[in-house]
Amino acid sequence: MSEIRFVDVAMRFKTRRGEVRALERISLTVPDGQFACLVGPSGCGKSTLLSVAAGLITPTEGDVLVDGKPAHTPGADRGMVFQSYSLYPWLSVRRNIEFGLEIKRTPRGERNRQSSELIHLMKLDGFAEAFPKALSGGMKQRVAIARALANDPQVLLMDEPFGALDALTRQIMQELLTDLWQRYRKTVLFVTHDIDEAIFLGDVIYVMTTRPGKIRTTLTVDIPRPRSFDTLKTEHFNELRNQVVGVIHEESMKAVESELARA
Amino acid sequence: MRDQAPLTQAAPASARKATRRRRGFLRTYLTPKQAIPREARLTLGIGSFIVILLLWTLGSGLIDNPLFLPSPARVVTAWIGMVQHQHFLGDVGWSTFRIVAGFLIAAAMAVPLGLLMGSFEVVRAFFQPPINAIRYMPASAFIPLLILLQGLGEDEKLTVIWIGVFFQLVLMVMDIAHRVPSEMLNVAYTLGASRWTVFYKVFLPATFPEVVDALRITMGWAWTYLIVAELVAAERGIGSFILISERFLRADRIIAAILTIGLLGLITDAIFAVIHRSAFPYVEKVHA
Ligand SMILES: Nc1ncnc2c1ncn2[C@@H]1O[C@H](COP(=O)(O)OP(=O)(O)OP(=O)(O)O)[C@@H](O)[C@H]1O
Ligand SMILES: [Mg+2]
Repeated sequence: MSEIRFVDVAMRFKTRRGEVRALERISLTVPDGQFACLVGPSGCGKSTLLSVAAGLITPTEGDVLVDGKPAHTPGADRGMVFQSYSLYPWLSVRRNIEFGLEIKRTPRGERNRQSSELIHLMKLDGFAEAFPKALSGGMKQRVAIARALANDPQVLLMDEPFGALDALTRQIMQELLTDLWQRYRKTVLFVTHDIDEAIFLGDVIYVMTTRPGKIRTTLTVDIPRPRSFDTLKTEHFNELRNQVVGVIHEESMKAVESELARA
Repeated sequence: MRDQAPLTQAAPASARKATRRRRGFLRTYLTPKQAIPREARLTLGIGSFIVILLLWTLGSGLIDNPLFLPSPARVVTAWIGMVQHQHFLGDVGWSTFRIVAGFLIAAAMAVPLGLLMGSFEVVRAFFQPPINAIRYMPASAFIPLLILLQGLGEDEKLTVIWIGVFFQLVLMVMDIAHRVPSEMLNVAYTLGASRWTVFYKVFLPATFPEVVDALRITMGWAWTYLIVAELVAAERGIGSFILISERFLRADRIIAAILTIGLLGLITDAIFAVIHRSAFPYVEKVHA
C-alpha cells in the first residue's frame, strides 16, 4: 500500500513585499494506485503543493504523510517529474535513467536490466547511448519519466510534465502514460493546465481555487479503463469536460479580477 | 545521432549554388543572423588577413621609414634574426612559464572558491563585496607596490597575473555555479540523493563546461597583465624584449614580438577548444 495524505497543509512565503499565502489548509488523500489530477488557475499553488509533497519545501503548517509516515525531507519514495525535463546533459539516456539506481548502489547488471526494460517500454530503443541534446522534447520527457520509474517510487509526482510539448506529441505522451499506469498502478499526483488531459488520465480531479489555494471541488472521473484516443470522442467525456471547464473558468476569472484589484 | 537535424550538414555544392541563385545574392549574404555558405566564410576570413597585409605593405611603402612602420617582409626578417641571434625563444619560454604558473595558481584558487560562492550564500555574502571592489582595481596598478614588496623576481610577475586573473575568474565561476537550475538538483533529491551526492554528481558536472570557457577567457587576459609587468621591469620575457627593442629603435622587432604574442594566444585558444570538444561532447552548440 502506498497512499499520500495531506493534512491541513498551509504554505506562506515571506517576501520583500509581505507575505504570500500560497496554500491554505489543504487536506486530501490519494489512495494506493489512484491517478489524481490537480487543476487550477495559474499561480494558485499547484507546484508549491507538489514541492511540499516531494519534501523539497517545508509547509508552514500541516503535514504530508506517505503511508502514515511524515515526509519532511525528499526521498526516493516520492519521484518527481518536472515540465523542464531536467535531464543531466552529461549522462547518456541510459545513465540518466539509472541515476537513482546508481545512488542506491544497485549492482550494474541489475541496473542495466531495468534501464533496458524501461528504454524499450518508453520507445527509446536505439537511443540508450545518446546524450539528451540529441532528443526531441517528447523523448526527453520519456527519459525523465523512465528515470523516476526506475527508482520504483511509492508515489509519482508530476508537475505539468507535458506542458512544453506540442499538441500531437502531448496526445501520444498521454496515451503512453495511461498505458504505463495500467501496468504499474502507481499512486500518481499529476498537475496540469489541460482539462482534457486531466479527464483522460485521472481517476479523480481536484480543482483548486485561486490563491490562496484551497481544494474547491473534487470530481470523480468514471470513464472505464483502459482508456484510449477514442475515449476523447464520447458523449460522457464531453459532459465531464463542461463540468470542469465551468468551475475552472469561474476561478480563473476570480484570479484575474483579484490581480486587477491589486494593480 | 540518427535524428539530428540535417541542417548542420553541408549540402552538395550544386545544391548550394542553386539555392543562392534562387534566393538571390543580397538575401543570401545580407540577411541578419543568417548563416552564409561555408566557403564564403573561409574566403572572407582569409581575405581579411590579406587585406591587412596589403594595407600594411602599402602604408609602409608610403611612409618609407622602418623606424615608424617597417614592411611585413622586414618584420619577418627581424623575427628570424630574433630567433637565431637574440635568444627570443628563450624570452618566449620565460613568458609562457610565467603565464602558465601564474594562471594555474590563480585558477586553482578561484575555481573552488567561485563554486562555493555560487552554491552557498554564506560563502558568497562573506567574499563577494571585497572581491567585487578589488576587481575594479587594475592589476597593472599594483605593479609598483609589488616591486617594493617582492622585488623584481618571478614571484612579483606571478602575483601580477594572479591579481589580474583570480578576482575576475572567481566572480565568473560564481555566476556559472549560481545559474545551475535548481530543478536539476531537486530531481536528484527526489531520486534519493544526499546533499553531498547532489553536490558532486549533479552540481559539479553541471558547471564544468562553462568553467572551462571561463578559464579560456581569463587566460587571454593573463597575457596582457604579464606583458605589462615585463615592460615595467624584467630581465627576461617578451615584454622586456620589446622594451629593449624600443631602446634600439627597432620597430620591426617590436612588431614581430607583438605578433608572436598573438600567435601564442591563438594556440592557447585552440588548446582550450580541443579540450572542450573532447571533454564535453554532450554540450549543445549554440551558434551565436
Ligand atoms: N519561493 C517562493 N517565494 C515566494 N513566493 C513564492 C515562492 N514559490 C511560489 N511562490 C508564490 O506562490 C504562489 C503559488 O506558486 P506556484 O508556483 O505553486 O503556482 P502554480 O499553481 O504552480 O502556478 P502555475 O500554474 O503558473 O505553474 C505564486 O503566487 C508564487 O508567486
Ligand atoms: Mg506550477
